[in-house]
Amino acid sequence: MEERVPEKEYMYSGHVACPGCGAAVAMKLFLKALGDKTVLIIPACCWSIIAGPYPQSALKVPVLHAAFETGGATASGVRAALDIKGQSDTTVVTWAGDGGTFDIGFQSLSGAAERNDDFIYACYDNEAYMNTGIQRSSSTPYGAWTTTTPGKEWKKMRKKNIVEALAAHRIPYAATLNIAFPEDFVAKVKKAKSKKGTRFLHIYASCPTGWRLPSEQSIKIARMAVQTNIFPLYEVDEGLHYTINYFPKEFPVKEYFRMQGRFKHLSDKDLEEIQKMVDEDWRILLRKAEMFP
Amino acid sequence: MKQVLEGSQAVAEAVKLARVDVISAYPITPQTHIVERLSDFGAEGKISAKYLRVESEHSALAALIGAATGGARTFTSTSSQGLALMHELLHWASGARLPIVMAEVNRALAPGWNIWADQTDSLAQRDTGWIQLYCENSQEVLDSTLIAYNLAETVNLPAMIILDAFYLSHTYEPVDVPEQDLVDRFLPSLKPKFQIDQDDPQAFSSLVTPNAYMEMRYNIAQAMDETISQLDSIEGKFHDIFGRRYGAIESVQCEDADIVMVTSGTITSTCRQVIRDLRAQGEKVGLCKIKMFRPFPIDAIRSTLQNANKIAVIDRNFSFGATGIFAQEIRAALCNLPRRPLVFGYVAGLGGRDVTTGIIESIYRCTKDTDVPLSESIWIGLQEVSDGRARS
Repeated sequence: MEERVPEKEYMYSGHVACPGCGAAVAMKLFLKALGDKTVLIIPACCWSIIAGPYPQSALKVPVLHAAFETGGATASGVRAALDIKGQSDTTVVTWAGDGGTFDIGFQSLSGAAERNDDFIYACYDNEAYMNTGIQRSSSTPYGAWTTTTPGKEWKKMRKKNIVEALAAHRIPYAATLNIAFPEDFVAKVKKAKSKKGTRFLHIYASCPTGWRLPSEQSIKIARMAVQTNIFPLYEVDEGLHYTINYFPKEFPVKEYFRMQGRFKHLSDKDLEEIQKMVDEDWRILLRKAEMFP
Repeated sequence: MKQVLEGSQAVAEAVKLARVDVISAYPITPQTHIVERLSDFGAEGKISAKYLRVESEHSALAALIGAATGGARTFTSTSSQGLALMHELLHWASGARLPIVMAEVNRALAPGWNIWADQTDSLAQRDTGWIQLYCENSQEVLDSTLIAYNLAETVNLPAMIILDAFYLSHTYEPVDVPEQDLVDRFLPSLKPKFQIDQDDPQAFSSLVTPNAYMEMRYNIAQAMDETISQLDSIEGKFHDIFGRRYGAIESVQCEDADIVMVTSGTITSTCRQVIRDLRAQGEKVGLCKIKMFRPFPIDAIRSTLQNANKIAVIDRNFSFGATGIFAQEIRAALCNLPRRPLVFGYVAGLGGRDVTTGIIESIYRCTKDTDVPLSESIWIGLQEVSDGRARS
């Protein structure tokens, strides 16, 4: 699925993201796709800073900054108030990082998803607590260095599969998006907007600062994540129907890992193990798409 | 119309009369009768509020922060562990200047598990920027809830209506439930001073650097100070319509009293009886009930207490390493007076233990018979005394 990226801008140029920030690109695409009548809730994350300090704002839509673990519940409350006031046509969005989604905000998100409250929850995933200085989260991939998984203590656990966790709530729509695939990105945001209930978007957002990557390679690494099956593009409708949006040719994961400083300690043998994990995850996804079209 | 209601039901009636837009709550004993009653009202079509049945107290308050920023009149209710879990967002609600109203049923904090009356839960939240109104009976609960909405929306600060577990939350009393049209006159629909607006997109609660944060906190302090005088004028309006008012504090026979007892919550009712009995015996004793704890009505407390020789503060709460919390605040309020009474602090009734007329009278006698107060609180009615400090 593909849609043209709309012209209208909803971000000002004076935001304070790092050079090459994938989360900034993600927001730009996201708001273009949603258009007017959007309210953003931003629990603590990089975007709490990127949006700019009082009295400024880098965004042309209303923004409610919220406590770290409240992304789901705050959206439920905003939705309720807007519905009471007859503004049901306004799209309520929580825009959260991976820490606020996979970890501290998971309970609040799960509660809102179980209630099927009517909002879009967008997680831009840069795979660690980047705003506080690159600490590991449950979204940090196997093998990664962070400031709390340094040296030999590099992360030995797999990344939590957040899309499966949300799909298990049987919400109307869950999907993966990637900043290097803007037409697919825009189409999925528009599809999410057209549905009612809790919609979950998992957005790959590269972080040159935290991944130890030259900033000009931010989009390239994002594209490679899809091409290597590290971050497959797919959708789950009603928690049940799987659609894979992109079938890559067989790209090995090795180059993806070798480009990033956060993985430089990994041996070729470690990368072979990781390749097996990625292959296994991809096979599972293919099976699901076959069994539950 | 007079109805026989629990304190919990009086809260629910007031929430209905206040035409609340969004309710969000999580169950905890002994708050449950409030949220159950409101759920019934919803199921019976008696209220049109959106009711968010969230997965924790933390989310209950988070949802209301969202709803109140969206321009809705909001309500939640909790107790003890639930209030403690909300702590972070209590600060958030006041910092964001949102007029959220909460009914908080005073219950002891664990461990060990104890569901009975104890004020430490709400008093531990004294620095969070919430207005705190401690209630004595079901009528006061209902009236104070309506007053709290008016007050909170006037000064743009959140407000807590506080009632003792079981002694008030689960005790039936006759309550005059006001007519809807009169309540509408007292409490018109909410006109938010700011809210989410598509035509005027603002960023709420964004990053604030040191050059603005302090002024924002000072604004909250000013709003708190203003709350004392606003309570007076809002209660004046309430009195004009309903014929009842309570005051930030209530003074009972303090004018000529040698000893003034200071109480809050339901212990006050028991103390009223003790004062009557002691007065009949010729004792010069008065009672000062503290209803409003935040903001602390220092001027009213000073003028009520300054002529007494001794003050006996009864605290159903305790701050470890310090004293009973009301006693601390009373001492602080009086310390700069040129002639100040002696302040005796007593801790009684923790974890729901009954505070009887006999206990209150023993507190009076202890105060009368002691020349100089201890700097510590005196724990009343301890069954095991290991350090010799407790008296009964």
